[in-house]
Amino acid sequence: MVVLALLGLSLATGQYSILSHADGWEMFRNVRVPRTLALVLAGAAMSMSGLVMQLITQNRFVEPTTTGTTEWAGLGLLAVMVVFPRASVLGRMAGAVTAAFLGTMVFFLLLRRVSLRSSLLVPIIGMMLGAVVSAVSTFVALQTDMLQSLGVWFQGSFTSVYRGQYEVLWIVVAVVAAIFYYADHLTAVGLGEDVATNIGVDYRRTVLIGTGLVAVATGTVTVVVGSLPFLGLIVPNLVSMRRGDDLRSNLPWVCLVGIALVTACDLLARTIIAPFEIPVAVVLGLVGAAVFIALIIRQTRRG
Amino acid sequence: MTSHAYAVPGAPTTTAPEATGAPPAAGATAGLSPHPPAGPAGRSGAARRSGAFATPAARRRWWLTYLAVTGLAVCFAVGLLVWKNPMPPGTRGFWLIAERRLDAIVAMIVVAVCQALATVAFQTATSNRIITPSIMGFESLYRAIQTATIFFFGATGLTATRTAPMFALRLALMVGLSLLLYSWLLTGGTRNLYSMLLIGIVIGSGLGSVTTFMQRLLTPSEFDLLSARLFGSIANADSDYYPIAIPLVVVCAAALLAYSRRLNVLALGRDTATTLGLNHTRATIGVLVLVSVLMATSTALVGPMTFLGFLVATLSYQLSGTYDHRYLFPMATSLGLLVLTGAYFIMRHVFYAQGVVSIIIELVGGSVFLAVVLRKGRL
Repeated sequence: MVVLALLGLSLATGQYSILSHADGWEMFRNVRVPRTLALVLAGAAMSMSGLVMQLITQNRFVEPTTTGTTEWAGLGLLAVMVVFPRASVLGRMAGAVTAAFLGTMVFFLLLRRVSLRSSLLVPIIGMMLGAVVSAVSTFVALQTDMLQSLGVWFQGSFTSVYRGQYEVLWIVVAVVAAIFYYADHLTAVGLGEDVATNIGVDYRRTVLIGTGLVAVATGTVTVVVGSLPFLGLIVPNLVSMRRGDDLRSNLPWVCLVGIALVTACDLLARTIIAPFEIPVAVVLGLVGAAVFIALIIRQTRRG
Repeated sequence: MTSHAYAVPGAPTTTAPEATGAPPAAGATAGLSPHPPAGPAGRSGAARRSGAFATPAARRRWWLTYLAVTGLAVCFAVGLLVWKNPMPPGTRGFWLIAERRLDAIVAMIVVAVCQALATVAFQTATSNRIITPSIMGFESLYRAIQTATIFFFGATGLTATRTAPMFALRLALMVGLSLLLYSWLLTGGTRNLYSMLLIGIVIGSGLGSVTTFMQRLLTPSEFDLLSARLFGSIANADSDYYPIAIPLVVVCAAALLAYSRRLNVLALGRDTATTLGLNHTRATIGVLVLVSVLMATSTALVGPMTFLGFLVATLSYQLSGTYDHRYLFPMATSLGLLVLTGAYFIMRHVFYAQGVVSIIIELVGGSVFLAVVLRKGRL
């Protein structure tokens, strides 16, 4: 219900008065509806990606922004833009998805080869990896004079989402469906390689599929919206704090909470300095950072 | 508690190789990388007890490597000073140009000392040779400050704030932030170093999103001005800053060097160090405070250089072959200087692309980071 109310509010909020203008309905269809749909899709996709990655790595602090996946997607995007300046949205997306997949695999490889003494080290390493990747992106962008557009890309915002721009996001629906389908397998993977193998789950294949799904979701969202920092981190943690760790029954909740959070942040971003708007990533970054810190403190208190 | 028994020659003493190799004006700053083991304690002690090196040959190798690295660094530094100097040597114009270039060399020395000492000490304090202190929010804060300046005061504001008081303010802000974090480590319910680190990073990324937002509202020309400032570059250093930066660095470096025996104990791990009579938490905090001042100075002076320290420290472990910080510190410092002067010399005179030096150092450092992590398979 809360989610529906928020979505309704999102449909109703804006500078262009729908009711008093003749073309209000058209405006509504072309801008408001796509935007709200994009919020739903991106919110659900990113929070589920976070959940899947946390299961695969068995670490609560992992999500696309803390493993460098987003940075890799950005690098892929940039590479496509440099090599084929006229590439379509789909072409750019393919680049972003491929890079995101490769990058995430590099990170997992790293985790497998490296024995970590503290679960808090995982995000530290991930963020350093992200720093390396974004140094490469920055270098390429600097050489090709695309630094500012790179910044604009990375800044997650739903401003540029309107009819004709967002449709690619529907791919995410397939990802979400696939995650629902694989939910039990992924839960098994979350118990560790030995347990998963014992109960008859092909560990490597499931990890590969999970990573692929996360890469597709992250790549798509990065191309259309930009990065949504910490979303995949906060939502699954909040949900599993309340409900435990059963993936299948948590999934709908993760989706809903993710959608609600993104929508709330977007509403905030749109209204604070109306008639202008702040990118939603700023709001999300600040909120997310606060929640993240709270989580870290909680974790360390428990020991 | 052997550390008090010996008079550690930590105070910067001008030493032979650098004083002879460097031009006279650099003599004052050459003392920034002292040779602590020159004291009597190090040499006579080696005869009786197990010293820093397993064999005399290893010690000899260390000295040879050290002298080679330092010599090469000095060569590049001199090269930067005099190469392609349009005026005939010895004339007044020649010295004027050399003097201007000397400012850059001084900045390199300061940065090398800061990054090298801070990274080595930080890695010891965290007993982890993978993480570097520069990811802990300093850079985000630097970027945020620079962006906010141009955002609120425009391009003229950015030029107008290139004064020593503003530098001091930047420095104070950065040190303040890290001290806030450390005091939380000291007094809070948790004593976990990693959680503190992670909080630093997260605060940094929160700042980062505000910064990106402000950058987005800049006009492209303002953004160009800003982006030149956002990358670490020796050109960002202004000789007006030196009166603040150099004493600070000298004091902190001396303190760290004086601390190096305690760092050796710290490296043994918390339990062993406590058994040996070291207050682990207090020693760690002390080191971290020094590290944060050094890192803040370097960042405020030239901008962010994420992987320079990492690169230098890793190379230093490889080349030194010892655990002893009295040897690691000078080696890392010389290596840092070598990397900086060498990169600038080659980029300026071979590739004519000095604008991107720091980015290339970052790329090399970043790749070394990945290689080390993957090859070692252990943290």
